[in-house]
Amino acid sequence: MKISNLHRLVQMAATASVAMGLAVSAHAQEEPKLIINGEQEMITHAIPPAYIDGLSESISGWVFRTKETQALELDDFDNPGMIFVDQAQELWDKEMGPENKSCASCHGDVSSMKGVRTVMPKFNEKAGELWTLEDYINDSLTTHMGMEPWGYTSTEMTAMAALIGNQSRGMPMNVAIDGPAAPYWAKGKEMYYTRTGVLELSCASCHEDNYGNYIRADHLSQGQINGMPSYRMKNAKLNGIHARFKGCVKDTKAETYKPGGPEFHALELYVASRGNGLSVESPSVRN
Amino acid sequence: MAKGVKPRVKVPKKATAGEVITIKTLISHKMESGQRKDKDGNIIPRSIINTFTCDFNGQNVISVELHGAVSTNPYFQFEAKVPESGEFVFTWLDDDGSTYTDKKSITVA
Repeated sequence: MKISNLHRLVQMAATASVAMGLAVSAHAQEEPKLIINGEQEMITHAIPPAYIDGLSESISGWVFRTKETQALELDDFDNPGMIFVDQAQELWDKEMGPENKSCASCHGDVSSMKGVRTVMPKFNEKAGELWTLEDYINDSLTTHMGMEPWGYTSTEMTAMAALIGNQSRGMPMNVAIDGPAAPYWAKGKEMYYTRTGVLELSCASCHEDNYGNYIRADHLSQGQINGMPSYRMKNAKLNGIHARFKGCVKDTKAETYKPGGPEFHALELYVASRGNGLSVESPSVRN
Repeated sequence: MAKGVKPRVKVPKKATAGEVITIKTLISHKMESGQRKDKDGNIIPRSIINTFTCDFNGQNVISVELHGAVSTNPYFQFEAKVPESGEFVFTWLDDDGSTYTDKKSITVA
């Protein structure tokens, strides 16, 4: 009697531990989903293009953040980056400069910018060089509105980039790397894998070989730029792509390139291509 | 008035009588601490939101005093019980004497 009771107890314990094991693995598989405003689902995992060797999966930086930071991006009201999008909306409609024109005078409603962000940066035939979203904005200001260009990483510029990027939110990134863009892409790729600085780190050292790991207190992501501009808790403002690159290069203890300069243009194209297929999240929230 | 200030409030449009609803408020504000100096070394005077209040049909729901070390763009989330249809009035007071307000109506079915 006693023995059979004990036997049953052992059996029960075994069943319980199996059940618990199942529960744990089911939990591990449950990936959080980025659904904005409860209606728009973002692609946070994508198969990278065939020409990207080092990644088996492209993963949005959102996935690497803590639950609390992730939650801020789920709702436009909670997303502090939307403050700047609102401010840029006012700028979009504001008549400025000697010509007294606004962005809206030519482009109409900002929704006409849908899809623009997904193909940036791209080769501009007329200028004969690779242009980023910021270059297009400054071209509009100087050629059509008779104004001085905005600073490449200025508040207005980053906010405007966020507003225009926001129109494409949810659409997959799709930059072209062939044709006239090819040499820029090759240069960007070389930069990505070249170790620089006192610490002798390349972009790949952290964002390809070690994403998901911690570097001191920082949880490394893949360094994808599909969510740019990003609102960062660290400085409580929107951060553009080149400003972020600059921070990264500084972290390797190297002299950085100039935001808006040719080096970061090439790097932006290469890094953007690594995230082809991920949704535009502008403005994303990161720490 | 400080530059770039814009209050934003999120209140459900409908509720049932006696329901506890969640209210979210956010005001874009620089919250100048008074500790910083400008390029010439002069202290930039403090300019922060020092008080935030929310009233419902003339009755106070919440009243908050803010001091130094509160971050830019202060965000408040709180709950309120709504007994009847009415209007929420949100008020933010700035050190420089400005007042920013926003109003949101709610219908109780």
